[in-house]
Amino acid sequence: MTLATAAPIEAVERYRESVEDRAFPTVREWRARTGRMVTGCFPVYAPVELAYAAGMLPVGLFGAGNQIEMAHADSRFQSFICSIVKSTLELAFVDRLAPFDALMFESICDPARNLASVMARNFPDRHVTYVHLPQNMTSPATVDYLAGEYRRAADELGTVSGHVVGTEDLRSAIGAFNGLRARLREIYQLRASSPEKISTAELYTLARLATLTDPADSEPLIAESIATARARESRPKDRVRVVLVGSFCEQPPLELITAIEESGCYILDDDFLLGWRLFKRDIAVDGDPFRALALAYLDGSVHLSTKHDLRQPRAAALIASARAHRADAVIFLGAKFCEPGLFDYALYRKALEQEAIPHLFLEFEEKMWMYDKIRTEVETFVESMLFT
Amino acid sequence: MTETKEIRYQGHLHELQKQLMGDYYAQLTAIATGRSDTKNAHLLIAGNPVELVRAFGMIPVFPEVNVLQLAVRKQSLPLIQKAEELGYAVDNCAYVKADVGLYLSGYQAPYGTIPKADLLLCNYVGCNVYLNWFEHLAELTGAPAVNIDIPFVRSADGEPSPGDVDYVVKQLEELIVQLENITGTSLDMPRLRRTVENSALVGEMWAEIKDLTKRRPAPYDAYFDSVTMMAVLYCLRGTDEAVTFFEAAREELSRRAAKGEGPLPEERFRVVIEGPPPWPFLRVFRDMFSRWGAVAVASTYSTVGGIWEFGFRHDPQRPIESIARHMLQYNLCNRTFLQRYDQMARYVDEWSADAVVIHSVKSCRLFSAGQGDMREYFVREREVPTLLIESDLEDPRYFSQAQLRNRIDAFFEALSQRRLTAASDAQLAAGGAR
Repeated sequence: MTLATAAPIEAVERYRESVEDRAFPTVREWRARTGRMVTGCFPVYAPVELAYAAGMLPVGLFGAGNQIEMAHADSRFQSFICSIVKSTLELAFVDRLAPFDALMFESICDPARNLASVMARNFPDRHVTYVHLPQNMTSPATVDYLAGEYRRAADELGTVSGHVVGTEDLRSAIGAFNGLRARLREIYQLRASSPEKISTAELYTLARLATLTDPADSEPLIAESIATARARESRPKDRVRVVLVGSFCEQPPLELITAIEESGCYILDDDFLLGWRLFKRDIAVDGDPFRALALAYLDGSVHLSTKHDLRQPRAAALIASARAHRADAVIFLGAKFCEPGLFDYALYRKALEQEAIPHLFLEFEEKMWMYDKIRTEVETFVESMLFT
Repeated sequence: MTETKEIRYQGHLHELQKQLMGDYYAQLTAIATGRSDTKNAHLLIAGNPVELVRAFGMIPVFPEVNVLQLAVRKQSLPLIQKAEELGYAVDNCAYVKADVGLYLSGYQAPYGTIPKADLLLCNYVGCNVYLNWFEHLAELTGAPAVNIDIPFVRSADGEPSPGDVDYVVKQLEELIVQLENITGTSLDMPRLRRTVENSALVGEMWAEIKDLTKRRPAPYDAYFDSVTMMAVLYCLRGTDEAVTFFEAAREELSRRAAKGEGPLPEERFRVVIEGPPPWPFLRVFRDMFSRWGAVAVASTYSTVGGIWEFGFRHDPQRPIESIARHMLQYNLCNRTFLQRYDQMARYVDEWSADAVVIHSVKSCRLFSAGQGDMREYFVREREVPTLLIESDLEDPRYFSQAQLRNRIDAFFEALSQRRLTAASDAQLAAGGAR
């Protein structure tokens, strides 16, 4: 951690190890405590409220990180497929997905879509729900379609859990996740305004915890953590202020995030775990909640590499973020073989060059465990920024 | 094994296709060079609403066809590299990179000049790269763009819900308004019905042609020879020329079937091929199968643009809904990976195939991601000999000729051995019975 001398954030200390533990200790504990079911949600964005309204705990399923060896999934998916697809399948093969009663996949990319099929064939006892997220963001017909799609998915999950999702269930679930997302927005705002008070590694630990626990549990923990961080009397350091993009699906190891910060960066904005904090504002809890959830995705969400909104090019959104955060530079931290991310990089690079914003391209894999090369690259970049 | 130096794969149909495609590209060139004011829309091949475009007198442009033509002529690599210089990754789809490179080269191709789009009409039928592709073209060219969102098949039986159909129909109605604005004309419903009827006629003939390969020998190769017909099927669907071409194709191939003629001197193995071909090395790749007497009796690639062999036809009485159905349900890309397994299993059974060949291409993850599982399924659950090989559809850097040939030779060697062993076992069993 970069703030070793500052007052520790208790939740970060307590959960630092468990957020990356693929035995899913927090999930097992929740299951044992509540006796309820769990839905694993593949990134990037899953309508988690649907599972929650069905009485299940929605849990982020971000592959196996650098914690397990690939023994089975490599024979199912080729070498040029990203790691998270293979390692998520591997988790199933080695029975690490035992705490999950259902899995939710979305139309984010071609390998993820095929993974939903391969998972369903190889593990027929675990229900797979596939949600088609729309890509026509301007048609008036889209909101009705998406509300209907959410109703369908909720019905499926309700069948698994034995709890039919009613209007009030969904309103209540939206309320719970509104609360959680508001806290996540707040902690992101704190880091953007005072990056010396909370490191990205700390923030990430808390955000990751939010993907593994009941929002009723994680929301107060994050609130407490914000209060602790605010009270810190840290002084800003001479660091390069950066916006980081490219890590919206497969997640880099926590040590890598730490390495980037320790190499001289303040990360002011990022797209880690973006699906869990996608919305710019609270979702309405009055009226038809399925429609409210659909409208939030269509009109109230931030830009995302797997959402093709022709109304606002993503490169323009990145430039706007860099300007709003008064960033000195942009770091593109892309997962190896992630085609949506790599496509975006080509557009980002063009826009960043046009705007004369310095940028650095880095590639990672969730299973990496040596960070010296990236550390050197970032240090060199930072030095070039500081001494130019 | 047969040496293939003497085999001439291309015949009358190929010449006819070349002529039609030459005329098609001449039309595009006339637009691009200002000699024609016909409007154009760029579309993707899989499950598109080309009938609507044609009904407005517009001409469709297919970037996939443009770039595969470059690959066939071995001219794709410099364009791919041009895109990579801009920041596109080696792991990005090479079709997209070649198209970006082509645009940056002034859209000048050896077969014609491509006009800038009046509308980038992205038909999103499963392939997420389609979305990236047209988004990038919109950024690069400044052309107006629209995404027609087609809900992916989510039901076990492959049936879209009434809500899915309604959603697509509404988007197509919105598209009609856009096309009216571009062309300055209203939709001519009788013209749309005629266009859709032409698609129905072509679909019917294409299905009949596909049925012919159930015979022994198959009168043509359902992978390598299908691509000759697919060019017309996709670029000219809805036109009178396409109907005339398919009448000729049906007649010629039926005649060959009746005479017991096949594409090779001897048909020894009947295979189902999955995945797009390696366009830069099509002939070399085909020879690798031909020397073993292997003929494709069915292929999934020939269903990218539409699946007609299992009964779907466009309906001139309900033109827009039938276009929506085609986009939703009757093209390979918008169906699940497991439905592809079922489709291939049906080919194996109904077309009496001996084996499955999976050609995994790095560029197209829609096709390839998870094909190891597909192999597992056919080998373990269906007990069908299955070969998985890798290269690419556009990027020649991923084609390793010696390695592919070794794999293919070893596979057919094993199949030959298996056949000999089975024959010998049968003989022994017959002897024992006596």
